[in-house]
Amino acid sequence: MDTLLSLANGFSVAFEPSKLLFCLIGVFLGTAVGVLPGIGPALTVALLLPVTFKLDPAGSLIMFAGIYYGGMYGGSTTAILLNAPGESASLATALEGSKMAKAGRGGPALATAAIGSFVAGLIATIGLAFLAPWLVELAVKFGPWDYFALMIVAFVTVSATFGDSPLRGLTSLFLGMLLGLIGIDKLTGQARLTFGVPELLNGVEVTTLAVGLFAVGEALYVASKRWREPEEIIPIKGSLWMNKQDWKRSWAPWLRGTAFGFPIGALPAGGAEVPTFLSYSTEKKLCKYPEEFGKGAIEGVAGPEAANNASAAGTLVPLLTLGLPTSATAAIMLAGFQQYGLNPGPLLFAEKPDLVWGLIASLFVANVMLVILNLPLIGLWVRLLAIPQPWLYAGILVFATMGTLAVNPSPVELGMLFGFGYLGYLMRRYDYPVAPMVVGLILGPMAEAQLRRALQISLGDPMILLENPISATLLGIAFIALVAPFVMKGLNKFKAAED
Amino acid sequence: MSRSIDRPALIVGLLLLAAAAIVAFDASRQTITSNYGVGPTAMPYVVCAGLTVLGLAHFIVALKDGLPKPEDADGKALLWIIGGLVGLVACIALGGGFIIATALIFACTARGFGRDALIIDLVIGAVLGTVIYIVFLKLLTLSLPAGPLEALLS
Repeated sequence: MDTLLSLANGFSVAFEPSKLLFCLIGVFLGTAVGVLPGIGPALTVALLLPVTFKLDPAGSLIMFAGIYYGGMYGGSTTAILLNAPGESASLATALEGSKMAKAGRGGPALATAAIGSFVAGLIATIGLAFLAPWLVELAVKFGPWDYFALMIVAFVTVSATFGDSPLRGLTSLFLGMLLGLIGIDKLTGQARLTFGVPELLNGVEVTTLAVGLFAVGEALYVASKRWREPEEIIPIKGSLWMNKQDWKRSWAPWLRGTAFGFPIGALPAGGAEVPTFLSYSTEKKLCKYPEEFGKGAIEGVAGPEAANNASAAGTLVPLLTLGLPTSATAAIMLAGFQQYGLNPGPLLFAEKPDLVWGLIASLFVANVMLVILNLPLIGLWVRLLAIPQPWLYAGILVFATMGTLAVNPSPVELGMLFGFGYLGYLMRRYDYPVAPMVVGLILGPMAEAQLRRALQISLGDPMILLENPISATLLGIAFIALVAPFVMKGLNKFKAAED
Repeated sequence: MSRSIDRPALIVGLLLLAAAAIVAFDASRQTITSNYGVGPTAMPYVVCAGLTVLGLAHFIVALKDGLPKPEDADGKALLWIIGGLVGLVACIALGGGFIIATALIFACTARGFGRDALIIDLVIGAVLGTVIYIVFLKLLTLSLPAGPLEALLS
């Protein structure tokens, strides 16, 4: 089997002592930053990106993989002990997890989240390893028109699934695409929307936007309503370990959560939100103790947390094989690849197999490290949660500016960072999702390039998009996904009027 | 729902239209166009069209339900943090260096979050900045903006 051979090769890279060390540092940093309230995995990755600047590509990507998985684990701890989900994908975990913690069962809740994430991560990474080569073979046959159509699908689903208003999601997406226009046009070398500011010629950095929107925006938002009582940490009482019954009630939700999470994450539909809530409602239906739901049912932590992690591994499938980011985190990871001039996609599998397979193997390693590291270190993570809010957010802003200062210490860049921060604050205030904006910024120029390439091949005939079966199908899907919410809304109104 | 016009939605709509106009203006000034397919102006016009549609959609929203009503904001807290951010940009622009900038942003943010110990927080921020500066310089070989304090360190 080719896959097994490649994977074995990958492990030989991942097991080099220096790579193991990078992975460990990544996992540790990722968990530590991810645990901090208000910091989700996307921001964790964005904040730690500059730390990896001077490493070699393989080492830094491996560290990245550790940061990504670590950030996910850290997020679940915050959700359970603080009832403060750092991202919408941990909402479901917080629902039951915090109730369990209040009932003195925080230990088992954390344990089932950690082990569930481990199981899900393991299965999903195996899925990634076996699905990726197959998809790469398929992707080689893709023309620019197919890529363009695929990106349109991602645009629509990303902005329509995040948040509850497609209008606000699309607005966020288009703002991102607007930012994506800024800079030098890659095909003709013309400057667009730079207004003579030389710093804008290189375009807007994805990390600047992400850190501004997520870190600065979040800090401003929390500060603006700080007179509301702060969240209290729920102390862990009793045993850390799961008893026999906990195991019995957890294993099936882990597997079902994985079954939801991986495919949905792997589709260009993206987003970990949908599978976590699907898993939550499924477990609620299947549970033998439905009365416990809402009061701290372990199934309600085990399932969604597994789904969350599985979908995180799932989003790596389109990212690595097609170069298509379908979540804010994936968009930032793509920026991480690009900083080394690496473009994920079929070519990368052919040109740098060591790097890609080393990365995939490192995901396994990171997963094992996390479960070993996390359970004994829970005490340490809990102490991190106890940092007083003023210092916590002060520290977050120091780290947020540090990244920009290290990479590009110009007043224009800092001004953009804070401008995006204020924008992020306003968007949070009026309930606009911010993730589509990040995806729009990175995917907009890519979609443009593919479209122009496609039309150059067809000598300007746009029908090429509809003449190819794959692109035509994908565009059809995108159209349905775009129109469906509005039609459904209309139908609901119609029904309501009839009643 | 109230029949009056929702101001936030109206403003967002206007801003989106303004952004669309800027994009269109910039695109109209482009001189190079390609022979086949679409040139560098096609995508701006697509974005411009999208922004226009979204802007108009916001007007409809303004007339109907409006945007979600936010809670009241603590303006003083916001001002402290924004002041800290502005101070940081000024400090870097004037060559004050990383450590002073970090102390400023740290203390102002902590103040914005309700701590009442500006001097202590300035010291904490400066210590944090010094540690980060040294770690970046020695371990990561990345140099952060240097000012008078950084000159003393090296």
